[in-house]
Amino acid sequence: MTPSHTVRTAGRSRVRRLAGALHRRPRLRLSLLLTAPLLWLAVLYLGSLAVLFVSAFWTTNSFTSEVVKVWSTDNFEALFTTPVFRQVIWRSIGVALAVTALCAVIALPIAFYTARVARPRWRPLLVVAILTPLWASYLVKVYAWRLILSEGGLADWLLAPLGLDGPGYGLTAAVVTLTYLWLPYMILPIHTALEQLPDNLLDASADLGARPGRTLRSVVLPVVLPSVAAGSVFTFSLSLGDYITVQIVGGKTQLIGNLVYSNIELNLPMAAALGTVPVVVIVVYLLAMRRTGALSSL
Amino acid sequence: MHLSRPARVALRVAACLGFAVVYVPLALVLLNSFSTDRSASWPPDGLTLHWWSVAWDNAGARSALWVSVKAGLGATAVAVVLGTLIAFAVARHRFFGRDTVSFVVVLPIALPGIVTGIALNSAFSTVLEPLGIGLGMFTVVVGHATFCIVVVFNNVVARLRRTSGSYEEAAMDLGAHTFRAFVDVTFPMVRSSLLAGALLAFALSFDEIVVTTFTAGPGVETLPIWIFNNMTRPQQAPVVNVLAAVLVLLSVIPIYIAQRLSADTAASSRV
Repeated sequence: MTPSHTVRTAGRSRVRRLAGALHRRPRLRLSLLLTAPLLWLAVLYLGSLAVLFVSAFWTTNSFTSEVVKVWSTDNFEALFTTPVFRQVIWRSIGVALAVTALCAVIALPIAFYTARVARPRWRPLLVVAILTPLWASYLVKVYAWRLILSEGGLADWLLAPLGLDGPGYGLTAAVVTLTYLWLPYMILPIHTALEQLPDNLLDASADLGARPGRTLRSVVLPVVLPSVAAGSVFTFSLSLGDYITVQIVGGKTQLIGNLVYSNIELNLPMAAALGTVPVVVIVVYLLAMRRTGALSSL
Repeated sequence: MHLSRPARVALRVAACLGFAVVYVPLALVLLNSFSTDRSASWPPDGLTLHWWSVAWDNAGARSALWVSVKAGLGATAVAVVLGTLIAFAVARHRFFGRDTVSFVVVLPIALPGIVTGIALNSAFSTVLEPLGIGLGMFTVVVGHATFCIVVVFNNVVARLRRTSGSYEEAAMDLGAHTFRAFVDVTFPMVRSSLLAGALLAFALSFDEIVVTTFTAGPGVETLPIWIFNNMTRPQQAPVVNVLAAVLVLLSVIPIYIAQRLSADTAASSRV
């Protein structure tokens, strides 16, 4: 037996012993699996989040902009009493709701077509057609709308025969662009729900004498609504946290994200307090949606 | 469901309009990169390839692309390791707080990017800066990896839930030890879902702008940051147009690979 062969056999038996030891101790295996990821997520991520939310209760020296670690609820009082903040918070929630409603209205006929009307042979291709824009860059999609809505751009050209001008950059542009960005997130769950709707339910409804309108109301709608709610979780929370789109196509419009952004340099505690607003609103929205059973289908 | 003919036609028209609205902006970005005009007025005056060669020689855009690729690869590597570890723990073990773990994994992508961004930013500047590590490539990779873990986790955990642990047990009954069973049995089963997760993670990182803004520091410019910074400069508009077109074309690659991978998934799940 050559020396190198002996070494290799010894190494192999050591691997075997280690494997055996691990096999006998599932708790040890589990802790080996979880230590690194939990250190990363719990310590690094949750730790920084916790510090951020604690810092929302601190203040800054208004002259040097340095953070003063004195406990106070001034920032949160400012959220509720400063007119600008209140206005922007309500505007952001309004934009998120408008985007969600628009997405639902546009997505419903598209999903109904791709899931129930189009020939089965075409359906996989149509799903790819829905998914493709999701892979295109976020920034490029916003930029596309910057081009469309620019002065003398495609929107102006299309609306000119009707004697209208394009909306230009502003609140409307922001709502339109956000709707465009998050539309696939609404189409997909509705498409899936409609596709899984069994044909014999519809047949049963027709056999019992229901006209298409009645079937739509009593059979299709109850199946579709939870999926609309599931899609709305994406469209609502993604719109509420966005500030880049508003910077690019929103003109002077400010949403909550822009307020957070503009406070970071000079008043980090205020930015942190403002940042808690979308988080709280999203959590409330999620809890409300959980009642519809939407989250189980995510 | 028996829809009347007008209803079918109406739905078809509505869907066609919807798909048009989805694809016209992307087509416009492609066309605009060939426009002779610097502004985005419609219709364009003429078409040229000039801006593509200008963009090719643009040093800033090139280095930004390179930075994005490096950050994406780093973040993907970390996310693949951590996401797979959590997926195995959640799918193959029962323990206290298992649901909490799956929730915490999703959190970085569920919360608004700006909240994650400023949280990491202030943590980095208070913890790392005293150690002499400023914001830069390292912090970008850490930030991106944090929200990329979830996509790897989702893909791998879904695969593990569909394949039972009895294959591994069979391998061990036949004399394979834990590592051999993993290499020969478990890993081939999760390989394609791992690849799909890695692909998604890279795409997510390559596209990210908000968390990058807060973790990059002044010296590091990823491609989205470069585009964002140059978007409003008329001088750079043609180069931005070309880059936007390139990104639209590049987005076809992950779709193609994902289709291939899911075909592979369908094939291997028939075992």
